Amino acid sequence: MARVVVDVMPKPEILDPQGKAVTGALARLGFAGMSVRQGKRFEIELEGELTEERLDEVRRAAETLLANTVIETFDVRVEASPESSDEDDQPEQSEQDDEDEAAEEGELATQAG
Amino acid sequence: MGPRIGVVTFPGSLDDQDALRAIRLCGGEPVSLWHGSDTLDGVGAVVLPGGFSYGDYLRCGAISRFAPVMAEVIKAAEAGMPILGICNGFQILCEAHLLPGALIRNDVRVFVCKDQDLRVESVDTTWTSDFTRGQIINVVLKNGEGGYVADEETLRRLEDEGRVIFRYVNGNPNGSFHDIAGICNDRGNVVGLMPHPEHNVDSLTGPTQDGRAIFSSVFDFLTAKV
Repeated sequence: MARVVVDVMPKPEILDPQGKAVTGALARLGFAGMSVRQGKRFEIELEGELTEERLDEVRRAAETLLANTVIETFDVRVEASPESSDEDDQPEQSEQDDEDEAAEEGELATQAG
Repeated sequence: MGPRIGVVTFPGSLDDQDALRAIRLCGGEPVSLWHGSDTLDGVGAVVLPGGFSYGDYLRCGAISRFAPVMAEVIKAAEAGMPILGICNGFQILCEAHLLPGALIRNDVRVFVCKDQDLRVESVDTTWTSDFTRGQIINVVLKNGEGGYVADEETLRRLEDEGRVIFRYVNGNPNGSFHDIAGICNDRGNVVGLMPHPEHNVDSLTGPTQDGRAIFSSVFDFLTAKV
């Protein structure tokens, strides 16, 4: 069992009204100089062995459902599961996803909200 | 009875009954379709109504887009059947990639509910042929996530091909690019718009009856085809 985390963020050129609202609220509370963009985090408990094929499946799931690549980017990474956290071969690895780079091609260019 | 028009009810749809009623008031035969069904029951056109299908979980329309009935709707759309997405239905059509772009949270960060002026930009679709080009209409708008966004190339294509069919006038209520309120696909059979024409069909409940032409347009199309 492995834990795979998918982070989904609005593309930089897409207006993020939620992040703006949070930014405004933080400023009112005295937290100065904090500019927020808000995304989503999905924690996926993956049954069976963690292989590159399984990770590819997670990337496909992210692209199919978890993210809308017209307006969002996603990042897939493996988190060490608690029971195997002391094993050497389970480093916390993070990878910028190649697929979402590809998916972005020809998508939103420099459209400001 | 006029042409049979289906209205899909998803869990969380709100305006399915109003859409069915509008079809009946305008002279069509309304047919209820269920999201879990795998048939369109022989209808000539389909309306995806407004509301908060699947609670707007994940993203508006993201889960409904994979409802069983949507496989049939997508097949029918690709075969040329008139499909109309109103508000949440528009979001579902974008998520299903039957229409380009996406709808994001209103730039004003609040739910907007108002009688909205629109300009009819194209009458070359199965759902707008009964309007006149340039006509200003007033239709109720009510949404939290109605900001239409698309990349520049898509926007250019929509404009060049006359596929922006309704535009907000007298103020952009939600930050939509190019003041876009409604668009269609390249064949003109799939139309999505944020305002609610099904609420503007009856003098008792709406300040105008400007929504009626949406339904009479598709009736004309279906009757002419037969």
